[in-house]
Amino acid sequence: MKTTNREKKGVLTAPENNIGLSMSNKTRRTFVKGLAAGGAVATLGLSGCSTSATTSPMAKSKGSTMSMKASKEPELSGKVFDLTIDEQRVNFTGKPRIATAINGTVPAPTLRWKEGETVTLRVKNNLSVDSSIHWHGLILPNGMDGVPGLTYDGIKPGETFVYKFPLIQSGTYWYHSHSGFQEQTGMHGVIVIEPKDAYPFKFDREYVVSLSDWSDEDPDRIYAKLKKLSHYYNFNERTLGDLIKQIKKTGLKSTMNDREMWNEMRMSQRDLSDVTGHTYTYLMNGETPREGWRGLFKEGEKILLRFANTSAMSFFDVRIPGLKMTVVSSDGQYIKPVTVDEFRIGVAETYDVIVEPDVDNAYTIFAQSLGRSGYARGTLAPDERLMAKVPSLDPVPNLTHIDMGMDMSSMSGMDHSGMDMGGGSMAGMDHSKMNMSGGDSMAGGMDCSDPMHASMDACKSKAKPKMSGMDHSKMDMGNMSGGMDCSDPMHASMDACKNKAKPSMASMDHSKMAMGGVKNSAMDITRVKHAATEYGPHIDMRAEAPLLRLDDPGIGLRNNGRKVLTYADIKNLYPTIDKRPPSREIELHLTGNMARYMWSINGVKYADAKPIELKFGERVRIVLINDTMMSHPIHMHGMWSELESGDNDYLPRKHTIVVQPGAKISYLVTADAKGRWAYHCHLLFHMGGMFREIKVV
Amino acid sequence: MSVLPAYAGMEDDPLITKLMLGKFEVGNLKGTNPIAWESSAWIGKDINKLYLKFDGERVNGKNQGTESQLLLSHAISAFWDVQGGIRHDTVPGASRDYATIGVQGVAPYFFETDASLSFGKNNQVKLNTSFEYEMMLTQKWVLSPELGLNIYAKDDEKMGVGSGLSDVEAGLRLRYEVAREFAPYIGINWGKKFGGSADFATAEGEDTSETMLVVGVRAWY
Repeated sequence: MKTTNREKKGVLTAPENNIGLSMSNKTRRTFVKGLAAGGAVATLGLSGCSTSATTSPMAKSKGSTMSMKASKEPELSGKVFDLTIDEQRVNFTGKPRIATAINGTVPAPTLRWKEGETVTLRVKNNLSVDSSIHWHGLILPNGMDGVPGLTYDGIKPGETFVYKFPLIQSGTYWYHSHSGFQEQTGMHGVIVIEPKDAYPFKFDREYVVSLSDWSDEDPDRIYAKLKKLSHYYNFNERTLGDLIKQIKKTGLKSTMNDREMWNEMRMSQRDLSDVTGHTYTYLMNGETPREGWRGLFKEGEKILLRFANTSAMSFFDVRIPGLKMTVVSSDGQYIKPVTVDEFRIGVAETYDVIVEPDVDNAYTIFAQSLGRSGYARGTLAPDERLMAKVPSLDPVPNLTHIDMGMDMSSMSGMDHSGMDMGGGSMAGMDHSKMNMSGGDSMAGGMDCSDPMHASMDACKSKAKPKMSGMDHSKMDMGNMSGGMDCSDPMHASMDACKNKAKPSMASMDHSKMAMGGVKNSAMDITRVKHAATEYGPHIDMRAEAPLLRLDDPGIGLRNNGRKVLTYADIKNLYPTIDKRPPSREIELHLTGNMARYMWSINGVKYADAKPIELKFGERVRIVLINDTMMSHPIHMHGMWSELESGDNDYLPRKHTIVVQPGAKISYLVTADAKGRWAYHCHLLFHMGGMFREIKVV
Repeated sequence: MSVLPAYAGMEDDPLITKLMLGKFEVGNLKGTNPIAWESSAWIGKDINKLYLKFDGERVNGKNQGTESQLLLSHAISAFWDVQGGIRHDTVPGASRDYATIGVQGVAPYFFETDASLSFGKNNQVKLNTSFEYEMMLTQKWVLSPELGLNIYAKDDEKMGVGSGLSDVEAGLRLRYEVAREFAPYIGINWGKKFGGSADFATAEGEDTSETMLVVGVRAWY
């Protein structure tokens, strides 16, 4: 197989001065890479033929031939569809398994529809258990939403349910089972709705790029394992080697201080992903990483890539080394284009990006899991024989105090003295007399003409300061030398992290500096109240002062030398439709106990919770506070979540909103759809508890 | 329309069972090579479980001592369960029954703790404690020091225990997790009897302290 290595633009690597990140571990267990032949195999016979829909030839049927052709996923288009749900033999890893499949394939066929048309889908359930299909992100009548127990009784074994609804939107969406763990065993696929108007951007070719996670294990067993040992799948914990390294660099006392909070809270700094590459093979369009998916392009073409995270439990960090991506849609809706090197796509989100590859190159589409335990991959090339180098996984990051939603305004006793604060020699800087306490509001007001501060975001842009009301007065900064944790967003904007310049801050006396308070809504620190239901054996932490961190790319992506998409970058291409301010605010806390693997909202699990009632037509603000250490993708069925990403006149419409650990976020909803709607975290194994009914009356 | 959880068939708090063989080892002690085990089984849900615990030691085909407990376990805080029920201890030729109540959980700094207070006939009260720490040398090699101590209110000659601090046991085990559920290990175990317990042992012609190497397996399902 001829390979090309001509990546002139190079693979972007993470800077080496981040001691907060562990070094790439050569002995890290390789994740399940998958079969050489890749993909699903040997269908037991396609069941169900569509009547007026066209079917593309199934390109995945070939046993063990080393298929070098560009992968072509099954796609159905038209207005009337017959879909069947069956058990289907698959083989992604060398071990044959039974999947639950729609029309015989995993992933399910891509459905290509047209905005303005009405689609009819006759779905027959050939399983021996109840099933369902939910159309994720679609605005449709409540009875068509596909949630058993809320909008219908599901599809019983042997029965057929006929969905019929008009398409009032265009874009990239997806569909999946809403029954049991069937989404994990293969019932997921992508929906492309072509717009009735012209696209607001140009492209010559388009590809769907679905990202999913396949496990050979029965998901009921995975769930039971998580209940018995919640870190079962985490093979990236900090070990003795990390401890020794840290002690060597920063001293015993400082190491103990740094780890004190985690030790007292009995939490792991590496709790990034519940289910990992230890059991998952990550798929791109159903192809395992061994060969990956393949898409071809011709010279000069602009390619539209429709990324959809159709996985059960996995966030992916996507980049194409050598190629910038212009993001043009988020969750199916057009946004003001923003060009990035990399984006994180949470479970259930979609992003459309445009790339302009150079015909002399082949490119790897690299989608590494947030937990850094594996990746899905694809190749964009002018010729099907070409492949590009696959980057290594980024180092595994450590969660920080910010991710715990710690109240940073009173960091008494935090001893920076021994901490390795890379880059800057801050010896002798006496912050002890600085009055930087700002209470609830942000203390800033730094002198931006001072070159020390000029690089700090607080000075660069009023919208994105990184210095919260941190009380430096009690910090002993006497002996600081190198090695500041640059993965901590608190420090990310500082010069010491951005480059190797070493300002000498010896004997700088801050004592006379008057540092007034600067309020800034983007870095709004609020101390939150927690409901009584948030105390008990089912809760292991509460964020004291969650931050609105719209410009935080997220754990593992901070300061990695690449431009990473953040929610602050996402603005609607079109003006906000409903310009009314919200009439009320609903604050919801995402809660749980990782060790017991219990998840809830406001400390109340779904089975014990009352519905959230919205009056038809009202406009509300939902504020989500994440009282856990994991990112949760929160999905509201039936109505748009208009993310307050910084410009009220151009609020992006999303269906899935990722709330980062220890963070808060807010969005507006117009309750314009009557009925009982599901509202939940889209991490499959959290869904049982972190779930609410939204009742619009 | 049914009122089942919206996920047909997805129960957020299913009934689960866990079988645990925390220790199953043989020690090299003067040719007696005692076999020792610590095992437990529970069935239940997130907050409430029914526990069965069974520990013991066996030499030359005969049980030297066993401890069995049947407990109701209730989660009271993020990291602690309170457990109450009955306990049955045996030594060759004698046995005792107790009502027992205790806590099991993880203390700050990740010390796994099991401590119980048991109440028996003749106003006997005893405190059994054990503390264990797991240090990850690598993702698969785990070094586990542990400490246990037992205190009795009253002498109980038939059981070979004296009042006060009765015995202390300390161990260091190194296991290799072939899989999460299966880990062979080697280690050192040290035990010492004190006070009345030491006297009773000496009277029987036994040592009051012993150190031995152990090799065993830790498994769960």
